[in-house]
Amino acid sequence: MLSRHFETMSNALIECRNLSVKYGKRTVLRNISLSVQSGEIISVIGPNGSGKSTLFRALIGAVNIASGSVEKSPDLRIGYVPQKLHIDETFPLTVERFMKLPSNPGQRVISETLTLTGANGLEKKQVSQLSGGQFQRVLLARALLGSPNLLLLDEATRGLDFRGTAAFYRLVDDIRKRLGCAVLMISHELHVVMKQTDHVICINQSICCEGEPEIIKESPAFQSLFGLLEDTESALYLHHHEDGPQSAREAENAG
Amino acid sequence: MLDDFLIRATLAGVGVALAAAPLGCFVVWRRMAYFGDATAHAAVLGVAFSLLLSTPIFAGALLVSLTMAMAVTQLSGRGFAMDTLLGVMAHSSLAFGLVAVSFLSGVRIDLMAYLFGDILAVGKTDLWVIGTGVAGVLALLWYRWSALLLSTLNPDLALASGFNPRREQLIMNLALAMTVAVAIKVVGVLLIAAMLIIPAATARPLSRAPESMALIACIFAVTATLAGMKASFVMDTPTGPTMVCVSAVLFLLVQLLARVVYPSVKAMSAQASRQ
Repeated sequence: MLSRHFETMSNALIECRNLSVKYGKRTVLRNISLSVQSGEIISVIGPNGSGKSTLFRALIGAVNIASGSVEKSPDLRIGYVPQKLHIDETFPLTVERFMKLPSNPGQRVISETLTLTGANGLEKKQVSQLSGGQFQRVLLARALLGSPNLLLLDEATRGLDFRGTAAFYRLVDDIRKRLGCAVLMISHELHVVMKQTDHVICINQSICCEGEPEIIKESPAFQSLFGLLEDTESALYLHHHEDGPQSAREAENAG
Repeated sequence: MLDDFLIRATLAGVGVALAAAPLGCFVVWRRMAYFGDATAHAAVLGVAFSLLLSTPIFAGALLVSLTMAMAVTQLSGRGFAMDTLLGVMAHSSLAFGLVAVSFLSGVRIDLMAYLFGDILAVGKTDLWVIGTGVAGVLALLWYRWSALLLSTLNPDLALASGFNPRREQLIMNLALAMTVAVAIKVVGVLLIAAMLIIPAATARPLSRAPESMALIACIFAVTATLAGMKASFVMDTPTGPTMVCVSAVLFLLVQLLARVVYPSVKAMSAQASRQ
């Protein structure tokens, strides 16, 4: 499994090797290695507080890395879709103006891109008055403006219901096929990753297992992390909690 | 022309209004109202240092305000809630400043002039300082406008677009400290926050985009400054507080218009079109 990263490192869009991140003395990420090739879908999953958001921030250069390296291909263009964004009521902002931040791509490109994500007709609406699903489509459209070859989805479907999540992933897959971009997404549960995912990386500070979705589901490391033991499976679907194991919850409280 | 004290006062007031209004929009969007207040209060300590060392008031106020803003930025999120931290630092720096001023002997200092401003006493040198400060603030806002907007919306989004939100915060702090330093002479440290926040708050219901909000805030700020000066001349009231009063009245009027009059007019016209 490890060899996968190192065989193909030459043409990876983005690759990190033995990446570690510390917040003060606390290690948030330890020895993470991953690479994204053009056109593939990689999902990073982990319980709350497992460091998956930190991994994203390290990849876009938002946090200092303690050790290891992040290498980006020279033609890497990232389209970043953040998790639900709170726009303050005091901030007047139309969708159109939002699409022009930080630079204006032109009226035609804006309306084409909004049409691509199914957010056409919202141009004159105030961003603070959009529904969760509409806003995610607008955020996706904004991420597409730089014609990215890598889309980063940072729990982009948080706050959407299952139907909304499914619709959003269908949209992302559709766009990926049209534009040929790779997708790196994070999610906190395996059953809300995209069906088309090529590779799942399951992290809890360090990578605990990775592979194809079907293989991951059977992996003992994954099952112990998410508590998906066969005899509890029926019960788990009944009370379906977001929380990871106790240790992860503590880690998050500490942060 | 600059020999007339009224013209100097008008220019100073309009200048400060033009810098404070767009900056005030960011203060409102970033929920930094109390932060602005703390920065302004700290300026009293700067005034005291300047008087003690006989250096220009502007420099002392700028330095201490900037130090205050940076200290709050650095300390926030380290065990204290922001409002607690600001409460401690704003009022203690004000108190230390007032005590420090009282130690100064020999010079008779009109403390009121620093607390509430003394716009009619703006001299030619003051006017140059104010002009330079205002131009500096406007240049900072103009140059960093998109980056400031984006990092105000969401730091991660700004980072992904290649801006550093921390740097934008530094720029905000610098612009705020400069505004405070030049506004002392005009409205005094206690009322600077009003110059920042009231015009922006007045403009909010009338705007659909950040740029229009900043522009409308400028119009309200200049109107309040000019009308306030006139009113204080007619009624013989202190000029700085009178300008803030006019600003507050404008705020109330717009609120009334936006919440009571406009919706009922809309409802009436809707009814009329139904009939």
